[in-house]
Amino acid sequence: MKYPSNARVIRVMCSGRIDPQFILDALAKGADGVLIGGCHPNDCHYVEGNYKLLRRYRLLQRMLQDLGIEADRVRLEWISAAEGEKLKRVMFDMVAKLKALGPLGLPEKFKDWDQEMEALEHQVAAQAGPEVAHAH
Amino acid sequence: MPTKPKIALYWCASCGGCEETVVDLAEDILGLVAAVDIVLWPVAMDFKYAEVRAMPDQSIAATLLNGAIRSTEQEAMARLLRRKSQLLIAFGSCAATGGIPGLANQFSREQILKYVYEEAPTVVNEAKTRPQLKWQENGREVSLPQLHNVVRSLDQVVEVDYYIPGCPPTPKVTKAALGALLEGRLPAKGSVLSPDIALCQECKRKDSKPTNLAFTEFKRPHQKLIDPEQCLLAQGIVCLGPATRSGCEAQCPSGNMPCTGCFGGTDRVKDQGAKILSSLCSNVAPKDEEGIDQVLAGIPDPVGTFYRYGLAKSLLRRKVNVGNGQETK
Amino acid sequence: MWAMDRRRSDMNAATQQVWNEGAARANAAYQMGRRRFTIDPITRLEGHGKIDIFLNEQGNVERAYLQVPELRGFEVFSIGRPAEDMPQITSRICGVCPTAHHMAATKALDDLYQVEPTPAGRRIRELVYNTFMLEDHALHVYVLGGPDFIVGPQAPAAQRNIVGVIGKVGVEVGKRVISMRRKLREVIAYFGGKVVHPVLGLPGGVSKGLAAAELPKFQEIAKEGLEFALFTNQVFHDLVLKNPDYVKLITSADYTHKTYYMGMVDEQNRVNFYDGKLRVVDPEGKEYAKFAAQQYRDYVAEHVEPWSYMKFCYLKPLGWQGFEEGPKSSVYAVAPLARLNVAEGMATPQAEQARVEYFQTLGGRPVHHTLANHWARVVEMIQAAETMVALLNDPEITSQDVRTLPTKKPTVGIGAVEAPRGTLFHQYETDENGIIRKANMIVATQNNAARIAMSVDRAAKGLIKEGKVSEGLLNMVEMAFRAYDPCLGCATHSLPGHLPLVANIYGPEHELVQQLVQG
Repeated sequence: MKYPSNARVIRVMCSGRIDPQFILDALAKGADGVLIGGCHPNDCHYVEGNYKLLRRYRLLQRMLQDLGIEADRVRLEWISAAEGEKLKRVMFDMVAKLKALGPLGLPEKFKDWDQEMEALEHQVAAQAGPEVAHAH
Repeated sequence: MPTKPKIALYWCASCGGCEETVVDLAEDILGLVAAVDIVLWPVAMDFKYAEVRAMPDQSIAATLLNGAIRSTEQEAMARLLRRKSQLLIAFGSCAATGGIPGLANQFSREQILKYVYEEAPTVVNEAKTRPQLKWQENGREVSLPQLHNVVRSLDQVVEVDYYIPGCPPTPKVTKAALGALLEGRLPAKGSVLSPDIALCQECKRKDSKPTNLAFTEFKRPHQKLIDPEQCLLAQGIVCLGPATRSGCEAQCPSGNMPCTGCFGGTDRVKDQGAKILSSLCSNVAPKDEEGIDQVLAGIPDPVGTFYRYGLAKSLLRRKVNVGNGQETK
Repeated sequence: MWAMDRRRSDMNAATQQVWNEGAARANAAYQMGRRRFTIDPITRLEGHGKIDIFLNEQGNVERAYLQVPELRGFEVFSIGRPAEDMPQITSRICGVCPTAHHMAATKALDDLYQVEPTPAGRRIRELVYNTFMLEDHALHVYVLGGPDFIVGPQAPAAQRNIVGVIGKVGVEVGKRVISMRRKLREVIAYFGGKVVHPVLGLPGGVSKGLAAAELPKFQEIAKEGLEFALFTNQVFHDLVLKNPDYVKLITSADYTHKTYYMGMVDEQNRVNFYDGKLRVVDPEGKEYAKFAAQQYRDYVAEHVEPWSYMKFCYLKPLGWQGFEEGPKSSVYAVAPLARLNVAEGMATPQAEQARVEYFQTLGGRPVHHTLANHWARVVEMIQAAETMVALLNDPEITSQDVRTLPTKKPTVGIGAVEAPRGTLFHQYETDENGIIRKANMIVATQNNAARIAMSVDRAAKGLIKEGKVSEGLLNMVEMAFRAYDPCLGCATHSLPGHLPLVANIYGPEHELVQQLVQG
């Protein structure tokens, strides 16, 4: 089955295993988006797992938007094991949306934010002292 | 005769509460003062920046530094004290995870400056004067440090050896940490000096914490009368106990209010805010989107509620579309 | 402390030599123009600050700037927060006076939701608040500003701190101070969960009631607190007022400014820390304005200078007239000196007695001597303690009906209290859901900011002549701000801490000629 080559697939036993930390970590490490595929409501092998994910996802989405991350970057779809076509379609759709949004580029952003510290680090190493700070 | 270890206490973007906690050691402080040579403690003793600079590197046995790093001056002091100290200890939530000042990471520096000096309802400033990094008047020049764009925890600036968590750390936790330090009983480097177990364990209300929580609504503390005995989560009140490190003996619940997470996460938690989000949401009762959203409406400010003390150290660190100088909304 | 002593004695010998060399170079430097002293940081106060003193060719002070080097931005990052979180969020503006912010925020919530606290809720708030006033004032008297008087402004730097105070008043007294503060703070922690950043404040009341079984213990603490306040008054009399040099210092022109004054008063114009209207009197002591907290924007405005992150409050109707005193200027002061000036009396009998004596000694209302703040603070301690006693003898205090649930939709809320360091205003605007849209805080020390700047400037000008710098100078300049018990962290909603005072004296080639340490 073909799906976009820029997708990194991570398998878990149940979407209920997905800790929001995984999603945030993926974004922080450079992912432009995260797609979660879970079993349809009522189809969870572990009974409640996908509902737990759904609940987390609803609040996570709100929180991500408060932190400046567009809604289209984190997406939840119910896809069963037999729905290969749906998976493909969803993935291509998501890639298209992400392309439209542009890269999120968090690692680059972190580096960019931390530039404000580099200059000072060298100065302090050479000399040291708050007077240097005042001279900035 | 062995010389007494040199200890320093310093503060950056802090409120002084951590200093108060040391003073709240009360009678115990006399024992501390006798056991160490305090070489820097701005609140109580004289010191000069120049004296600190003049000290040989690593001559301070341990520095307890509280406060977040928010300006060039604070960054410089953090680096200076790192060089001069064998051990650098992040003291309090601000140094450990950015603290409440870290909430400023949801806004740009320009937004803050603009509001404070131009837009606040009581400000009269037609000339739009702003504090200047360098300013001259009649041949006199004065300077001010610059605010950073981003608020940082101490370990985002320099290497940190230990963490004493809390906003503020309790006198008990502080005393235990200082005891461990002075008696050479410190655990592995990088450790947080407070028990590695969730707060629920210490809370007096734990017996009424249900095994199966099923939230049908969340009530904000002003929306209901809070029972002083029952588990707060069982009352539908958001309490960060399950995702927060213990050590404080659940002070806030004994004030009949929920835990807000100031001791940070346990060792196994990378992002405390995400963890409590996960825990609370898993236990929301409805299975449909609409029902779920209705319950979750009882948490109107997930960033402020889940990352009140830890936004700077969270995985995302900041509202990501806030630039350096411009707010890109 | 021993390390400091060693440094002090080493430095005296070296200082002498360096001073002689420096003085010679300094004369040459005068010909070359301006000289500058930077005192960085300043000590025994709450907050970060530095003082830059500029001399002219004659070596006299041209201008001194008290700069506050930091800002955290609480008003902005409060946006998006639930209003009921504000008492706990704003308390992080200051860890020494968190209860002041907590209470101002809580009162703003009452206003926001148009709800009144229950009688018991109100009494508990007042009890916690007065307990806080008492212990925080005690901190200043014995640890922060008081040492200047208890030990003396001319005392060696190494002694001008709590240790020196204990040396002067004795170990037993020292232990009493530590123990008294501890007990008072335990009272606050009972209701607030913890004493630094308590949690009790909610619209319509407080989170927790007082169990009847605890009442006797608290009554005992209150009684002890009153004895302690009266004892402190006695200490102040014995060590300060009976010393003619100190009295001369307090009444000297170098530390006097004739400004307006603002403070909170009850219906009978008596001092009240928790609730009341704001009264402003002019430099003659005549009432200039009296307004409810909700009208604060008609009277209070903030001015910005490019040399400090801290803003300067002034009386809006008069417009900013610069760092000037007198009835034409709009500069005003708050805190104990101001509170006693604006009020017709204290609200409790023994405090009133102390107040009468205070004005008799200092020549009647209003008192313009900045250093008299120290004495006014002690008078206020007595009222705080008497109020504690009265509240704990009020049968309502153990009622468990401590909170009314709000029912109205929130829009705007304004709350004001008298923090130990002066009048504190919190204002919140929210959406229908009670989420903050806009916040404004006028913090106690900001009200004093202009006058503090003037005091530092005047002290520097009065004390530094012809380029002569000394230990005494540094402390005397510091005393000019220390009397206000400033909370610079509050003032910039950023809180740097206390800072020791260091004067670096530079020669014409910017080489370090002399370093004087003081704290």
